Amino acid sequence: MSIAVAHGYDAQVIGLEDAGHAGPPSKRIITGYGFWIFLLSDIVMFSCFFAAYAVLSGQTAGGPTGPELFNLRNVAIETAFLLLSSFACGMASIAAEVRSHLWFYIAMAVTCLLGLGFLVIEFREFADLIARGAGPSRSAFLSAFFALVGCHGLHVSAGILWLLTMMAQVFAKSFRADILRRFLCFALFWHALDIVWVAIFSVVYLLGSAA
Amino acid sequence: MLGKLTWAAIPFDQPIPLVAGAVVLVLLLAVLVWIVVAGHLPYLWREWITSVDHKRIGVMYVLLASVMLLRGFSDAIMMRAQQAVAFQSNGFLPPEHYNQIFSAHGTIMIFFVAMPFVIGLMNLVVPLQLGVRDVAFPTLNSVGFWLTATGALLVNVSLVVGEFARTGWLPYPPLSELTYSPGVGVDYYLWSLMISGVGTLVAGINLVTTVLKIRTKGMSYMRMPIFCWTTLASNLLIISAFPILTATLAMLILDRYLGFHFFTNEGGGNVMMFMNLIWAWGHPEVYILVLPAFGIYSEVVSTFSGKPLFGYRSMVLATMAICVISFTVWLHHFFTMGAGPDVNAIFGIASMIIAVPTGVKIYNWLFTMFGGRIRFATPMMWSIGFMVTFIIGGLTGVLVAVPPADFLLHNSLFLVAHFHNVIIGGVLFGAFAGYTYWFPKAFGFRLQEGWGIAAFWFWLIGFYVAFMPLYAVGFLGMTRRMQHFDVPEWRPWLAVASVGAGLILTGIICQIVQLVVSIRHRAELRDLTGDPWDGRSLEWATASPPPAFNFAVMPDVTGGDAYWAMKQRAREEGAKEVDYQPIEMPRNSPTGFVCAFFATVLGFALIWHIWWMVIAGLVGAYTTFVVFAWRDHDEYEIPAEEVARLDRENLAARRGLVTAAGGA
Repeated sequence: MSIAVAHGYDAQVIGLEDAGHAGPPSKRIITGYGFWIFLLSDIVMFSCFFAAYAVLSGQTAGGPTGPELFNLRNVAIETAFLLLSSFACGMASIAAEVRSHLWFYIAMAVTCLLGLGFLVIEFREFADLIARGAGPSRSAFLSAFFALVGCHGLHVSAGILWLLTMMAQVFAKSFRADILRRFLCFALFWHALDIVWVAIFSVVYLLGSAA
Repeated sequence: MLGKLTWAAIPFDQPIPLVAGAVVLVLLLAVLVWIVVAGHLPYLWREWITSVDHKRIGVMYVLLASVMLLRGFSDAIMMRAQQAVAFQSNGFLPPEHYNQIFSAHGTIMIFFVAMPFVIGLMNLVVPLQLGVRDVAFPTLNSVGFWLTATGALLVNVSLVVGEFARTGWLPYPPLSELTYSPGVGVDYYLWSLMISGVGTLVAGINLVTTVLKIRTKGMSYMRMPIFCWTTLASNLLIISAFPILTATLAMLILDRYLGFHFFTNEGGGNVMMFMNLIWAWGHPEVYILVLPAFGIYSEVVSTFSGKPLFGYRSMVLATMAICVISFTVWLHHFFTMGAGPDVNAIFGIASMIIAVPTGVKIYNWLFTMFGGRIRFATPMMWSIGFMVTFIIGGLTGVLVAVPPADFLLHNSLFLVAHFHNVIIGGVLFGAFAGYTYWFPKAFGFRLQEGWGIAAFWFWLIGFYVAFMPLYAVGFLGMTRRMQHFDVPEWRPWLAVASVGAGLILTGIICQIVQLVVSIRHRAELRDLTGDPWDGRSLEWATASPPPAFNFAVMPDVTGGDAYWAMKQRAREEGAKEVDYQPIEMPRNSPTGFVCAFFATVLGFALIWHIWWMVIAGLVGAYTTFVVFAWRDHDEYEIPAEEVARLDRENLAARRGLVTAAGGA
């Protein structure tokens, strides 16, 4: 006798099992959870570029060093732009929470402009370095610098593309449950870029100019 | 217009890849024509290509792995044949071709055989074992599969358009830098792994979220089957290790495409940083592969011994311990770097420590079998073969974990024998055990037993005949990747090894015959109950193949070995009336397939520097996602009557068998 009738379980029995597990949570929690895991893996990727920068930061191959290249005033403005854009993104979350279209668009537009401002400054910094012969091919130090900061810049660019798509989605579909879930992910992404930037600001620019 | 791509990229002067490529192309076209002419295309598109059902995706993963196994094995048999004849001669493979073959063999076997095989089995089984209807992110799951397929496709395209890397399965700089590898071979390697790496990461996020968040009522962590635990551990490793691979390959890409100096000889680049980074991914990778296999053995040994798994808690602890320690041993891949005795000693000890939880597992399986009523079905045979073989591989691993010994054995065929010993004996045997064990769950009929047993013996004996000589020849000083050699003492061992490859080939043929015979005789092998092995976990509580929604009513779990307990209870109390509800399921979506199409275009364009096509690929992929994000209906409803009908059919089949068994 090996095969028995299954499905003997009773779906109606509730509350007997508190040692157990209540079953799957809501979609919002699942989506947010999965996106957190993605962010963590993204941070692992950034940490590789940080490690490479730490290993190579002294390898200037006779070329320019950090203190000769970094302009802390620019970096301060970049930081301010990015942190303020995160604040604006937080405002957009609140606007979505209270279902205010107008405030949502305003907050998202501010987020977008501040993000673009950040990118413009970064792009000018890169262009200036390359014009002065301090491009990524000059030395391993500059390779690691351009890769790390550029990777963050690419993330911000992708974030802005996502932001614009998000605004269009809210315009077309309004605050539907799936749109709100997607917006939750976007907000998490945008804030995570801030955290990475704080690390870049400290490790690359502050420590780099101190030497 | 076409970047670096010219007619010179097609190797008209090399008959082997050209003929092989032509044969594959003709076969592929023939299959496509047959599908279209016979009118199967709409079915394939609707039910498989666009499917977001985790079971279908799992099956497609395993199919991809099986096809790529044939490709990877044909590389292997060519290498064995070459070394068997290349004593003081050039053999039949010129060096540049031989180098591509061993590089492709390793790349394919790890990334496109072992990975999709285990990810496929996890996809197929884990939601069923957790008692739920779906994974966390069904559409993303489909994207992940198709991106993996894109990577495999690009590797195969390299056979006829251009060349593959000649650098070994890990492209060590400075050899892989533009100065020493100016061709497109390394670029094929880099972009196919970047794309399939994204697919793997997506699969990892999906499965971690599934195990941690989506379990049926009462399925607390310590009630999960061990396969779910090993899936969790393996996918935690994927999400923490694969980003390292992505970053490392990205650095090499920057070196090759934009003149960066991460790993170059000049400009202050650091070659050893590549070794450190790639093995910080590479060592966890071997546990990504073998942990799910350990889970499969646990399920199989427990089922076919008719006992709960011995030492469940220690098994969980051992799995999670391996998960953590696997990140602290990477340096043992290059003790010869010269990091100094202190560093080498620490990593040597860590490598030996990781053998401890693995040993715990072996004892648990042995004690599970002890006193059990063992049935020697094919999956159990693979498991026992694994235990014997893996212990040998583990012991040689502990041997090379001793730094002074490693200085002698580094890059020798001893090492090659060791890692084949653990990967074939550990991962591949596990994959075959899982394939035989869960085949009836996926398709509703069992695999024919006789051919399966034959395949097992040919594989097992073939493995020993092929790889034990490599241990010996490694001790005799033979290094890996030799296109020809002049030492007469090596010759007999290499001849024996080639016979072993022939035996393994016979094993593979047996497996193909087994599949064909089983499909032809599926009526006799049919399993109507959904529980052909007298199983213990929830995947056996539903029909085979399971309906799209897996469970008509989500099971309520009250302890470990959930289905075993249900069967006992049902025997005592009889079946109860069930209240069926309509079920919402995600709709199919072509997003994954279309996205992978653009990823293929993108990868190919990047390899050949066709910049307009790169932009087209990027725009296409982005558009695909926007179109997907714009859809309004992402679910469909299965009415309660339909759920009830399907479930009652399965229940009736089970009751029929109970009555028949009771009468006998």
